[in-house]
Amino acid sequence: MAKNSKIGDGPRNPARRRAMTEMAAYCAGAAVVGAGLSGLAVQSKALPAQMLRPPGALGEGEFQSACVRCGLCVRDCPYDILKLAEFGDGPAIGTPYFIAREIPCEMCDDIPCMKACPTGALSHDLEKIEDAKMGIASLVGRETCLNMLGLRCDVCYRVCPVIDKAITLERSHNTRTKKHVIFEPFVHAEHCTGCGKCERSCVLEVAAIKVLPVELATGELGAHYRLGWEEKRKAGKELVPGIIDLPDRQPTPPLSKIPESGQ
Amino acid sequence: MSKDRIPGAEARQVHGFLKANRWLISRRVAQLGFFLLFASGPLLGIWIAKGTLASSMTLGVLPLTDPLIFLQSLLARHIPETNAIIGAVIVLLTYLLIGGRIFCSWVCPINPVTDLAAWCRRRLGIKKGWTVKPQARLWVLGAVLVTSAITGTIVFELINPITGVYRGLLFGVSWGLLSVVAIFLFDVFVANQGWCGHVCPVGAFYGLLNETALVRVSASGRVRCDDCMDCYDVCPEIHVISPALKGTKSGAGPVITSRDCTSCGRCIDVCPELVFRFTNRFDNRLDSAEYVTDREVSKISKEAA
Repeated sequence: MAKNSKIGDGPRNPARRRAMTEMAAYCAGAAVVGAGLSGLAVQSKALPAQMLRPPGALGEGEFQSACVRCGLCVRDCPYDILKLAEFGDGPAIGTPYFIAREIPCEMCDDIPCMKACPTGALSHDLEKIEDAKMGIASLVGRETCLNMLGLRCDVCYRVCPVIDKAITLERSHNTRTKKHVIFEPFVHAEHCTGCGKCERSCVLEVAAIKVLPVELATGELGAHYRLGWEEKRKAGKELVPGIIDLPDRQPTPPLSKIPESGQ
Repeated sequence: MSKDRIPGAEARQVHGFLKANRWLISRRVAQLGFFLLFASGPLLGIWIAKGTLASSMTLGVLPLTDPLIFLQSLLARHIPETNAIIGAVIVLLTYLLIGGRIFCSWVCPINPVTDLAAWCRRRLGIKKGWTVKPQARLWVLGAVLVTSAITGTIVFELINPITGVYRGLLFGVSWGLLSVVAIFLFDVFVANQGWCGHVCPVGAFYGLLNETALVRVSASGRVRCDDCMDCYDVCPEIHVISPALKGTKSGAGPVITSRDCTSCGRCIDVCPELVFRFTNRFDNRLDSAEYVTDREVSKISKEAA
């Protein structure tokens, strides 16, 4: 230790100075580690749309706080559908997922994957597999879907485990031939479990019907929106009595007809 | 001591290969055994333990969960299901009882890697390296816990090489195996005992559970120590030895009480004088002066011949 040190001539207490420097170094090191891990953590919450979580999975943000990546769901899946994500696969490394187009969920009645989950990352609140929301099927390839072209493919409709509820065939007039019917595969989000059978079996080169994450596949009304007819039914009467007669809007004259100012 | 002294060589010469490696062999058997409990399922279809070291289910009845991962999950504001809670409590109590860092040297699959790295360092004569105090890992642990809380993520599982190795070998996720290579190179070329001794937050966490460890190594034969330094050369946490081994003057007991000791027993193996032995933390007995070691027996028999 330096003796006779004066103010402005090195630290008065070198031992304390050293300890503080060391402390600062460890703080800085810990901050670097924390920052690096935070970056990874934020990225890990981005789940590619075609990667589906097993039934009962919490929302992706919560899922990252719950899944310990033990693989017990993978082990208990009787159809070997689930995989643990590899580095670069997309989902957070080591977390379970499946890709519907490759191999869809078989929707076991007893939901063994969910039961195997020790942490509840696959929520044990899911009682029936029909209530699962792994995603929602969406007919995104409306221009290529064979049914939409006026043919009768119907494969997605027929393989659906929740047939006639999750997918129905809605009829409309075929304006091309002018004498046939188009049977549109129509997904009812409330019944679709996102199992992916439809996407897997779509006969096209690239599936026209795809299971998308719930938030991508659905819209949501603003919280303040009211549907007049619903409100009327709930109230059991007209909400505003009488006919409201608004003034009729007149056709606007073309711009060229408006006389220029100053003339 | 001469520079080219190989630690453990003398013990091997005096006591034979098996006795001079008995704890090392036991540990390798244990490490492999724990892995095989998991691997027998995917390899042979005999399911004993399912899952990984993060969380597992043994024979359909015994859930086990890593308490550090459990803690991160809690900090990330998730309340786990019963199985994870039971599993974490069992593991926590077990290690509190026997000693947390027993996980490090008897279960952790990274241990053979860092042991190999340390061996390479000794053989290559690499002395220099990044020096940082062992407490650094506590800072890493702190960073992991804080980051888990802030990001709402079990954050260390994104890179954890320990569960990564199991996942890699059992589920074919290769990141864990890549991390093994990284740790090996880090330990050989960057820092001596760098990963386990300075960085690993899992080791830091289990170190905190090691304060109350019942299983301890005692330098009960410290009167016989001839300062050959073999134990210091092989110990992964060098600083734990001196207080016990050189405790005669200060009046300290022979039991190694530092929470950093991993109870690997390598010091017991390599000591030609049989200074160390496994015992419990309350056993402060010292070998009596007339205690005759195998070495002395062999010396006596040689002289007689």
